[in-house]
Amino acid sequence: MTIITAVPPPEAPGALADVPIRPSRVPGPLLFVGRAVRTLWSNSKARIGIVLLGVIALIAIFAPLIAPHSPTATTFTPYLNPTGQNWFGTTGNGQDVFSQMVYGARVSLLVGLAAGILATVVAVTIGLIAGYRPGVIDEVLSFVTNLTLVIPGIPLMIILAAYIQSRSIWTIVLVVAFTSWATGARVIRSQATTLRTREFVTSAVFSGERLFRIVFREILPNMTSLVAASFFSAATAAVMAEASLEFLGLGSPDTVSWGTILYAAQQQNALLTGQWLLILAPGLAIALLATSFTLINFGVDALSNPRLREK
Amino acid sequence: MPYLLRKGVLFVVTLWAAITLNFILPRLMPGSPEDAALGKLASAGVPITNAERHAVEIQLGVPHTNVFTQYWDYLKNIVQFKFGHSYSFPSETVAHTIGKALPWTLVLVGATTVFAFVVGTLLGVFAGWRRGKAADTTVTLGATFFAAFPPFWLGLLLLYFLAYKNGWFPIKGGYAEGATPNWSPSFLADAFKHSVLPALTLAVTTLSGWVFGMRNNMINTLGEDYVTFAEANGLRTRTVALLYAARNALLPNVTAFGLSLGAVVGGSVLVEGVFSYPGLGNLLYIAVTNHDFPLMQALFLVITVSMLVAIFVVDLLYARLDPRVRRA
Repeated sequence: MTIITAVPPPEAPGALADVPIRPSRVPGPLLFVGRAVRTLWSNSKARIGIVLLGVIALIAIFAPLIAPHSPTATTFTPYLNPTGQNWFGTTGNGQDVFSQMVYGARVSLLVGLAAGILATVVAVTIGLIAGYRPGVIDEVLSFVTNLTLVIPGIPLMIILAAYIQSRSIWTIVLVVAFTSWATGARVIRSQATTLRTREFVTSAVFSGERLFRIVFREILPNMTSLVAASFFSAATAAVMAEASLEFLGLGSPDTVSWGTILYAAQQQNALLTGQWLLILAPGLAIALLATSFTLINFGVDALSNPRLREK
Repeated sequence: MPYLLRKGVLFVVTLWAAITLNFILPRLMPGSPEDAALGKLASAGVPITNAERHAVEIQLGVPHTNVFTQYWDYLKNIVQFKFGHSYSFPSETVAHTIGKALPWTLVLVGATTVFAFVVGTLLGVFAGWRRGKAADTTVTLGATFFAAFPPFWLGLLLLYFLAYKNGWFPIKGGYAEGATPNWSPSFLADAFKHSVLPALTLAVTTLSGWVFGMRNNMINTLGEDYVTFAEANGLRTRTVALLYAARNALLPNVTAFGLSLGAVVGGSVLVEGVFSYPGLGNLLYIAVTNHDFPLMQALFLVITVSMLVAIFVVDLLYARLDPRVRRA
């Protein structure tokens, strides 16, 4: 990884007077991300997670180069056990399962990241507003948060997905985001509540900063690790939920994902016909992706709680 | 007691909100169950006439009154356990279907939660105490990996290897086919044998919450002065770990009960489906695959209300355990 440092541009002697002094030419967020990744990398569990996620991401990006066949073409003999040509066998429709696994990485990763981002945006917005605005607004938002927390997520997801008739991965992203923002919102709210009364926030208020700026530029940067943690938990939940919904047949019928491979395998009684690899492979892939998110989260936890850091 | 009063009010309001959510959700959704049902009929080649539509609407109980009257009727029906008829089990009422399935899920989910709590908490104490050592890494990585298993998938694998291939456990159901549920020892033994695999699946995949919660609490507690003091006093390691640190670290873990219950209940939906276990989860599985909206709605209500009650009970227990909460 390249380490970005702020190197001031070489100045001609005497030109200092009319050149405005810029503190740094490196964009702030980039420097910040670099530092965060470096700190995460120093945690051994997070390091395993980052490598695991990286491998899955590479497979997803280069799927057309890695997959030997088209994931949807029904050109092979159905119900084949693993052969030299079809490494994981074929489905009942004669599709190559190995190629489906490779392409499936794209959908699982996309759903995980998209639902994770969406849930985090909702969690941050609701958590910050509730934490910064005590009184009625906080009461109402906290009540909605707690309600969402105690309503069992998977049954709610199933009901929502069953009612929404359109079937696409975006339906799943929306449903998952709708049901998994609450944990993050609660944590972010309590952190915002304690930050609200700190001196630097009070001084920002008295210097006449606008509400938006105070909340997003003064308070938010102080809870980056909480935001990251809620992203990775939501992403983990999303990957699992996507698999569950697709296994129930509530997924999009024309996407190839690890969840739909499981669904198809179960519909074709793959276990009874001895094609157990059709069940084993996609589930293991889901487990590895979810593990990578959780492992990275260990590093994030250690960022915010020094007691959890590795000695 | 103000704590109990506050929790009680919160419980009632949450209950009302959950019941109302269950009323609003189907009405907010694009499309409607009757359209879906008519669509299915149409694709099966049945011509859709007005009479046909009317029949379907009556069957689905689509009301033609205003929304407030509907809401009032809905509340009245809930109090009287009137949930109508499902398409999946047309010969009995939804309330009857759910009533038969509820005890199975209560026992399965209850036993699994207690088991996961005990084992997970002990592993968490162990990992927290041996923090940074090989034992800690093994427990944490193991729990992370098992937690990442989709529960239904682990269920399928156990079903294949332990029931189908080896025949150690029955393949499906909650009791031997054809038997009538009763309290005889032979039936109970049979039911236990049927519940081992679903319970194991749920316990293994929900263990990690307890492990991590307890491990983090332990690490925080171990940093406290009284633990250092106990160590300095020359108390035995085991005494410090269990009686000083773990005892106090346990308390926050009790509050996690409610959330963990949600994970077990959620997992039980698909796991019961995989094992055809005769509980609520399997019913929801059947309802979803049959697009059986009346059954689905009633099940969601029953599952949510059971969870709210369970969380309320845990809150009450917590007040018994921690006197600080009662006074605050």
